[in-house]
Amino acid sequence: MTEAVTNTGGDWLRLIVGLILVLIFSQLNALFLVWLERKVAGHIQLRYGPMEVGPHGLLQTIVDGIKLVGKELITPFKADKKLFVIAPVLVFMPVLVPFLVLPFGPELIIRDMNVGLLLIFAFSTFSVLAILVGGWASNNKYALLGAIRSVAQNVAYEIPLLLSVMSVVLMVHSFKFSELVMAQQRIWFIFLQPVAAIIYFICATAETNRAPFDIPEAESELVAGFHTEYSGMRFGLFFLAEYTNMFIVCAVATSLFLGGWHGPFGFSLGIPGVVWFLAKTYFLLFVLMWFRWTFPRVRFDQLMNFSWKVLIPLSMLNLLVTALVLKFV
Amino acid sequence: MGRGGVYPRPLITRCKRHPKEKSLSQVKENRTRGEIRPVLAQRYADGWGVGAKRGRLQPSASPPFAATRRQVSVEKPMSQYPERLILNVGPQHPSTHGVLRVVVELEGEVVVRCTPDIGYLHRGIEKLMEARTYQQCLPLTDRIDYLAGSANNLGFVLAVEKLLGVEVPPRARYIRVIIAEMTRIASHLFWLGTHAHDLGAMTPLFYAFREREQLMDLFEAVAGGRLFPCYFRIGGLARDLPDGWTTEVREFCRTFPDKMKDYETLLTRNPIWIRRTRDVGVLTVDEVLDYGLSGPVARGSGIAWDVRRADPYCGYEEFDFVVPVGQNGDTYDRYLVRLEEMRQSCRIIEQALDRLPEGDIAVDDPTITYPKKTDVYTRIESLIQHFLLVEEGIRVPEGEVFHHTEAPKGELAFFIVSDGTSRPFRVRARTPSFVNLQVLSKLAEGRLLADLIALIGTIDIVLADVDR
Amino acid sequence: MTAVYIPALIYLAVTMGVMAVILFLSARIGRRRVTREKMLPYECGMDPLGTLEIHFPIKFYVVAMIFIIFDIETVFLYPWAVVFRDLGWFGFVEMLLFTAVILIGLVYLFRKGALEWE
Repeated sequence: MTEAVTNTGGDWLRLIVGLILVLIFSQLNALFLVWLERKVAGHIQLRYGPMEVGPHGLLQTIVDGIKLVGKELITPFKADKKLFVIAPVLVFMPVLVPFLVLPFGPELIIRDMNVGLLLIFAFSTFSVLAILVGGWASNNKYALLGAIRSVAQNVAYEIPLLLSVMSVVLMVHSFKFSELVMAQQRIWFIFLQPVAAIIYFICATAETNRAPFDIPEAESELVAGFHTEYSGMRFGLFFLAEYTNMFIVCAVATSLFLGGWHGPFGFSLGIPGVVWFLAKTYFLLFVLMWFRWTFPRVRFDQLMNFSWKVLIPLSMLNLLVTALVLKFV
Repeated sequence: MGRGGVYPRPLITRCKRHPKEKSLSQVKENRTRGEIRPVLAQRYADGWGVGAKRGRLQPSASPPFAATRRQVSVEKPMSQYPERLILNVGPQHPSTHGVLRVVVELEGEVVVRCTPDIGYLHRGIEKLMEARTYQQCLPLTDRIDYLAGSANNLGFVLAVEKLLGVEVPPRARYIRVIIAEMTRIASHLFWLGTHAHDLGAMTPLFYAFREREQLMDLFEAVAGGRLFPCYFRIGGLARDLPDGWTTEVREFCRTFPDKMKDYETLLTRNPIWIRRTRDVGVLTVDEVLDYGLSGPVARGSGIAWDVRRADPYCGYEEFDFVVPVGQNGDTYDRYLVRLEEMRQSCRIIEQALDRLPEGDIAVDDPTITYPKKTDVYTRIESLIQHFLLVEEGIRVPEGEVFHHTEAPKGELAFFIVSDGTSRPFRVRARTPSFVNLQVLSKLAEGRLLADLIALIGTIDIVLADVDR
Repeated sequence: MTAVYIPALIYLAVTMGVMAVILFLSARIGRRRVTREKMLPYECGMDPLGTLEIHFPIKFYVVAMIFIIFDIETVFLYPWAVVFRDLGWFGFVEMLLFTAVILIGLVYLFRKGALEWE
């Protein structure tokens, strides 16, 4: 609360510079991740992936983006026009806010809010709403099924996600990212909370609708799921939002379990914190892509059962055990 | 410009009459009566479906599996089920293996009723054959199951040879076995890749295609065509094997089982794969027999019915191979059966290569086999022989013949009626996909939408094979 | 108090602005030609069958309801986690009971088959 009162000029400058940097970074990052995904897929599948535009196809996604801007925006007959138009806006709107509190480095937090973690969770819930709105408004059965699946899935994975994160909060007594990361200076939380880390990562995969939990847009079942009817840049926004969300969940995982900007066991090896942070985040992103190109897709009922019958009880037990251990230590 | 402008000449030049059929109209009637229309329920035709045009889809009085349907879903207007969603899956869908259309009624995620609608790839191959000489029919058979062209060639040439009463020389016979087994592997590899892709595992497709590509190259080397080799001829083969081809095939057989470990690593013991396939689409022995299923679909349920073993052709009785069978009859067992079949095919190929004799590749009969090209240019007899074979074709004695073979997807049979001319009077292809597809509705009802996709994959249909 | 969230609002506004520009550009550059086939909802190349105005199965609503209960309970746990150290054994036992109640509820749901899909 105190920092709100002391809004000095320097604070605003930090905010605006941060905003510009975040805008540039988030866009470039999304484009880079799309490229990386195609490269990873290619190499896993004995292909090269994009090779034509730019060195190793690096400019491919930029060209694709320009192409998307030039594409026709189709609104199907009988679609709910207002909702249909608003859904891609809704999905992309909240993706920049989490960057406000993400701890890229000891001095590289734009605004170290004391509700940082909660802010991210609050805004990440928006995307479900957007998917529901978009799928509902499309007047398309595949989109509707995808939307409903998405809601059911996100609902199921929200709870273990929050519970697993809570074990960490319990140890630090704070939602502030700087404090969460500082607490891991000596030992990363993944070693103290391995179960929570694994649960978080599984749930994060599900929350971002990534394979093997990509049932809302399961290509071989629902064609394209909730964004079946979207074309041009409206589809592009869904796409960019998905990749930015991937970055956010991985960045949160890095800050919560992999020590944020810290090197392993307190050794920074002379490497700047931001490099550590980004390296770990991109490693997690690579793991997400690795998942996608390795695993088959789970079935809807299996997905739901896995969350309700395995992850939720497990994360609750983990929380209780954490509390108990903390009481005795 | 009307259609007449596009096709100035009618494709079917003459209408033949069966001795028992009196008039032309009777011919027509008899021919259409036996035709199987896609089964679509009355209510789509009656306009509950927005897009269904009245009368275009013919309603069927009672589908063969009416008794197994849940009672609630029979003959009640849709308004009584406000929670049901009617969904078109296909024909333009990523995982219906071509242009299968399945009309699905969903309650949430559960398929309460599913009706396959076929015919989008109907090219009238059986009818087209009636206007062609037997040699000209052969390239058409490639296109029946375009993933296993040589297997269809084999079925057709064996049927015609049976009618002609000729036996091909041993070298041709062995080469046929080699090519047919390679086709089986290629077809199964394609199935493996697409089936895994349907279930969301996208990478096995590329591994499977890596090996399939080798096979395609080998087909190309021997026949010039990859998907449609058309290498077999009535009475033998088109030409002898190119130099070094057998070494390449041996090399393939040597490395292939190792490469299969890649698929096994990705799928066989993957818990998600097991959960997606085990206990999905269980077929009991009785059901398999009732529906007349064949191939790996039947063997997955534990029925060791393999035409190569049960009614050997092409000398399959000489080879040592195992007919793998499943226990539970579910999707996972069928997956294992197909994998094992690929290994067994490798074994057969190796044995055939070991025993491959030297000698002729076609029967020595001027009324069946084309003369050598050099002879055609230098000897008048050969020129006349060539001319007659091309212009008139092979004269096949009057009669009927039925011959079945084990194609990769199941039992492929040709029934040919000959009226003594060089063109078949009637050809009927009993294709495995068509028969196996019937069971889809039964398997899918009461299951989830995702299972429907898995089931389409596990039946291993090719729509060209279904529709012909 | 709410001033803390002003940066977040600014970020939201800026994102909106960026998207408005992108979509506006897209709408201007992209061509527009309306044909019946193109504007039909995609249904695998067929005219859509039936209607979308269906009742969705009650199952989904049940899940949503369960979620709300569990989510609120989880949110209750959050403040507890932050002040856990200050609460002492009382807070621990209190929360133990609370979580036990939730778990019993979950077991009850399993038993009732609220999470069975077939």
